[in-house]
Amino acid sequence: MGATALGIQLAYVISAALFIFGLKLLGSADTARKGNLLSAVGMLLAIVAALLDQGIVEFQWIMAGMLLGGVIGAGAARLVQMTSMPEMVALFNGFGGMASLLVGAAALGAGDNNTFILVTIVLSILIGGLTFTGSLVAYGKLSERIGSGAVTFRGQQVVNSLLVMAILGSAVMFCLQPENSQWLYAIIALSLLFGVMAVIPIGGADMPVVISLLNSYSGLAACAAGFAIHNNILIVAGSLVGASGIILTQIMCKAMNRSLSNVLFSGFGGVTSSETVVEGEIKPISVEDAFYILEAASSVVIVPGYGMAVAQAQHVVKEFALLLEKNGCEVNFGIHPVAGRMPGHMNVLLAEADVPYDQLLEMDEVNPRMENVDVAIVIGANDVVNPAAREVESSPIYGMPVINVDKARTVFVLKRSMASGFAGIENPLFYKENTRMLFGDAKESIAGLVRELS
Amino acid sequence: MDAVFLTFILMLSIFLGFELIYKVPATLHTPLMSGANAISGITVVGAIGLAGTGQHDIAQWLGAGAVALATINVVGGYMVTDRMLAMFKKRGK
Repeated sequence: MGATALGIQLAYVISAALFIFGLKLLGSADTARKGNLLSAVGMLLAIVAALLDQGIVEFQWIMAGMLLGGVIGAGAARLVQMTSMPEMVALFNGFGGMASLLVGAAALGAGDNNTFILVTIVLSILIGGLTFTGSLVAYGKLSERIGSGAVTFRGQQVVNSLLVMAILGSAVMFCLQPENSQWLYAIIALSLLFGVMAVIPIGGADMPVVISLLNSYSGLAACAAGFAIHNNILIVAGSLVGASGIILTQIMCKAMNRSLSNVLFSGFGGVTSSETVVEGEIKPISVEDAFYILEAASSVVIVPGYGMAVAQAQHVVKEFALLLEKNGCEVNFGIHPVAGRMPGHMNVLLAEADVPYDQLLEMDEVNPRMENVDVAIVIGANDVVNPAAREVESSPIYGMPVINVDKARTVFVLKRSMASGFAGIENPLFYKENTRMLFGDAKESIAGLVRELS
Repeated sequence: MDAVFLTFILMLSIFLGFELIYKVPATLHTPLMSGANAISGITVVGAIGLAGTGQHDIAQWLGAGAVALATINVVGGYMVTDRMLAMFKKRGK
């Protein structure tokens, strides 16, 4: 190993340490920004080290690629709206996957191809390809460019099983005859198709799980590419990302009380509502009457959901919370782990509106206090506050941990109409004795309350 | 032997990843995900080596394409994470 090669390897070791330290600092809100910066420095170091490689004789294509990618990435990062974060992360995941696919395919021409290398090339193409198309479908669903519901059809599982067998078959053939490029093309095409087939049966409400999983795949694809080209830093960084995505996936699944295989294969979002007999009647309330109750309240919990993001209501909600606080009321936010379309989506939206993060309580913190809360206000959330998850054993979401807003003295539900939530499940909360429905656009209703309060 | 060595690294980093991420609070899950996403752009390091061989064969073009895509991931990921984290504030600040 020459001096340069040794230096490059050492630089990789340092950048791996920076990634690890950066992720560690990301674990607390006070240090998170510094952590991200450290991780970026690690990346810069790894890139500079890679550029010093003596095998590189020509820089113009590298520079062209970096310039193009840098401009697109920077532009997207500056322009994206916080409500659209899930789609953008999905899209970035997809690009990462495609990059790993290309590296895997290019590594084939790079030199000695023993069986181990061939297997890792297959893996990087397979995982990269399915991450790419899976992420594109997720992007389409999240941005509502395509229908966000689950797409299921008769014989879907048979088709998917055949697809898996075809992938396995081509992978074996590829390893036996690496010089025959038709097997390579077959694997690429099949893995791209597999990504589409894997994500279409998953409904919009399950998107937090899908994004976490694709995040994990994009890391694992980088990891496989690292094996294919014998690069330690790819393996280390890729597996860190892979592990982080898997943990987030697990947290999301737990928050929905469902197994991963149930999310991936059941087409839950398309299931029509089961028969639950709901007793009681809907009691609508006007903005004015809601104001009188709020004026007397000394403790309020706001539970936001995806509807708040759609209505872009986070800023007016912040204003509303400030006015309540001025009125001597204690205001907290109760955040369900799967509220929104990606893990932590609501937290980012409220941070954008300048709500301090220590005012955002996790489900386990907010539920024990619920009985002492005067008014719980549900803004654009449905399934995550559905008491049927506790009470109705036949409900599809039975057993899912929810925020128990119905235990508060009064519940206001801001809702556009009586249509059922994303999962199509009837919500008995709306019929409870202490529930009042404030119909209309969430942003306008809150703005109305703000006018009354100020 | 090489394969065993690399697999060893893989195993250790997966365990390390689990340990690191379990402690991250739910508030930070979105920035964590986009930050992790930026790290997965590490593929750019591998792509650089392939895009600079000067052979003008298909592997080089694939490498150049991978450089562009992975750079989107890296630059976009870190920038958007920073933008998000800059918005997180404590009460009273």
